[in-house]
Amino acid sequence: MPSNDWPDVLLHVVSGKGGTGKTTVAAALALALARDGRDVMLMEVEGRQGLAQLFDTPPLPYEERRLASAPGGGEVWGLAVDPEEALLEYLELFYNLRRAGGVLRRMGAVEFVTTIAPGLRDVLLTGKAVELVRRRDKKHARAYDAIVLDAPPTGRITRFLNVNTEIAGVAKVGPIRNQADGVMAILRSDKTAVHLTTLLEEMPVQETADGVAELEDAALPVGGIVVNMTRPQVLDTVAASGLTVPELAGVLSRAGIDATPRIVEALRAEGADHAARIALETTERERIAALGRPVYDLPFLAGGIDLAALYELSDMLHEQGMA
Amino acid sequence: MGSVPALDTDALLRDGDTRIIVCCGSGGVGKTTTAAALGLRAAEMGRRVCVLTIDPARRLAQAMGLNELDNTPRTVTGVEGDGSLSAMMLDMKRTFDEVVESHSDPERAQAILDNPFYQALSSSFAGTQEYMAMEKLGQLRAEADRDGTWDLIVVDTPPSRSALDFLDAPDRLGTFLDGRFIKILTAPARGAGRGLGKLLGAGLGLFSGVLTKILGAQLLGDLAAFVGAVDTMFGGFRERAEATYALLKDPGTAFVVVAAPERDALREASFFVDRLAQDGMTIAGLVLNRVQEVRAPELTVEEAMAGAHRLESEDPHTAALLRMHADRLRNAERQERLARRFTAAHPDVPVTEVYALAEDVHDLEGLREVGSLLASTTPRA
Repeated sequence: MPSNDWPDVLLHVVSGKGGTGKTTVAAALALALARDGRDVMLMEVEGRQGLAQLFDTPPLPYEERRLASAPGGGEVWGLAVDPEEALLEYLELFYNLRRAGGVLRRMGAVEFVTTIAPGLRDVLLTGKAVELVRRRDKKHARAYDAIVLDAPPTGRITRFLNVNTEIAGVAKVGPIRNQADGVMAILRSDKTAVHLTTLLEEMPVQETADGVAELEDAALPVGGIVVNMTRPQVLDTVAASGLTVPELAGVLSRAGIDATPRIVEALRAEGADHAARIALETTERERIAALGRPVYDLPFLAGGIDLAALYELSDMLHEQGMA
Repeated sequence: MGSVPALDTDALLRDGDTRIIVCCGSGGVGKTTTAAALGLRAAEMGRRVCVLTIDPARRLAQAMGLNELDNTPRTVTGVEGDGSLSAMMLDMKRTFDEVVESHSDPERAQAILDNPFYQALSSSFAGTQEYMAMEKLGQLRAEADRDGTWDLIVVDTPPSRSALDFLDAPDRLGTFLDGRFIKILTAPARGAGRGLGKLLGAGLGLFSGVLTKILGAQLLGDLAAFVGAVDTMFGGFRERAEATYALLKDPGTAFVVVAAPERDALREASFFVDRLAQDGMTIAGLVLNRVQEVRAPELTVEEAMAGAHRLESEDPHTAALLRMHADRLRNAERQERLARRFTAAHPDVPVTEVYALAEDVHDLEGLREVGSLLASTTPRA
């Protein structure tokens, strides 16, 4: 069995630049963590219903729902957190004040908290994640073995996770302050890891490097880096394969291909594109390695991402020791 | 994609009636680069352009000479022709501070700037960025109208949770300011208790109790002080929010929706197009970015794979080359299927495609290349 790089982590936060596939990575990681009979909660907070689309289920309500089974009998649960509902739940949980929700709603306070001051919304969302981490069942066992949070993108992740510190600047005492301190204690501990997804492209790698620096500055625990949608470097020598145009045309003809000059030129140009891309990817890989974090690779799947593909990706994360 | 109209970006840029171009779309699709490339191309056509970017990649910012974040447009050097290009990066906190300073006397302004709640709201809380981007756009447009500095403003939208956030931000602020919540909070600053009973009725006791319990008395105090201090500015805020929204609906404002040929990005683009249409805003078209380029599609997947199979031992290099060609074709087909779903739902939205470039853009030459790809309306082979 491959080793697990994050044995103590209960909260896996998955972030990454937009377009790098963080929801896919979060889902694959949840499946990998759920292997062998564990219960894993996969939580989304951006109101996009990305999990429902990925797992091909109807839109998720604000309710913990079973999404998929993992190899060996584990379960992945899903939760799309709705800030309004989270606020009402928060009131009930901490103040036994669910009844007050209606009044607050009429006053526009719920709208205030969840939209005008999105910082407070982030307080509720991070608070919910920590609540899931802490939750125990009747036998005092952990309700979930791990929580995977499909988090906001790298550009906003530090602000998102650190929002409770900002709250501390605003609320110097009082219950909100206590709650904020409690959440930060978990988020800053070794029970949390913030993983970043990237592509082997300049901008996402730059954003990853910036993200790592920001997280470290905020004393938030940086986890691994998932390089997503990698493509096989099949042709690293193609540009240097040394075949001239007539030679290539000859080889292609022998393989039964109608080697028109346009086709020969196109294949040579595609080979050159590929060589250029590989050179670029090598540079980006070095920059990722220089960050000194564990790196996991997931391939680009031409068929797109469906449930079968998620299992495939989760196996790869498991084999590489991410879960 | 035969019957889909082509987005003629050059016609859009040349048209003197186009005064604002808003580039929108989900994160990671190349909005900022598209905005910068359109701005440069328009400038080199002779227009006087200002590009407002929200969060440019470092090297792109350097390409435009934006080495510091000073919240003022700077002239970009190296632009050819008679036009001009200025560019700026949004500093959300400074924009907010300036709004406060310009709408209240110095003493009151200082009180607001020093308020902890204001400091959190203006610098740390997400969502302010959307409002401030729109605020800045309004300012730039007013400056352009007043001084004739620019005849075209190209703006890139913030990397929001949803691409729609920036459209809703001004309205949300308005709803909030008109809401009863704010009135209640303002009440203590206006003179404790006055009218509160009438306003709240039986809910009062519960309500204020809940607030104190949740927020803590100190936070509530800061919040009330903040709201009290900005009370006089609110009329101005609301009017400006409405003016900005009207500006977005102006026929001289064109929205360019940017997407990558991926499921999520196209879905977001689809939502966006629907929403813009609903709000009566002008959609110039869709920029489909990072499209897989296929050379010689006449060599099909099947032929290429069969050829690769035959050459496996004789010439592994050429076999690999053929397999890669097949991969590219498959990827292009997949992208086309996704794009077709979009065009089926929005047959009237003009589209232009930009091939994926090997490297990110980091100089004006690169922006020119993107600009000419944007302008070329040759449909997919």
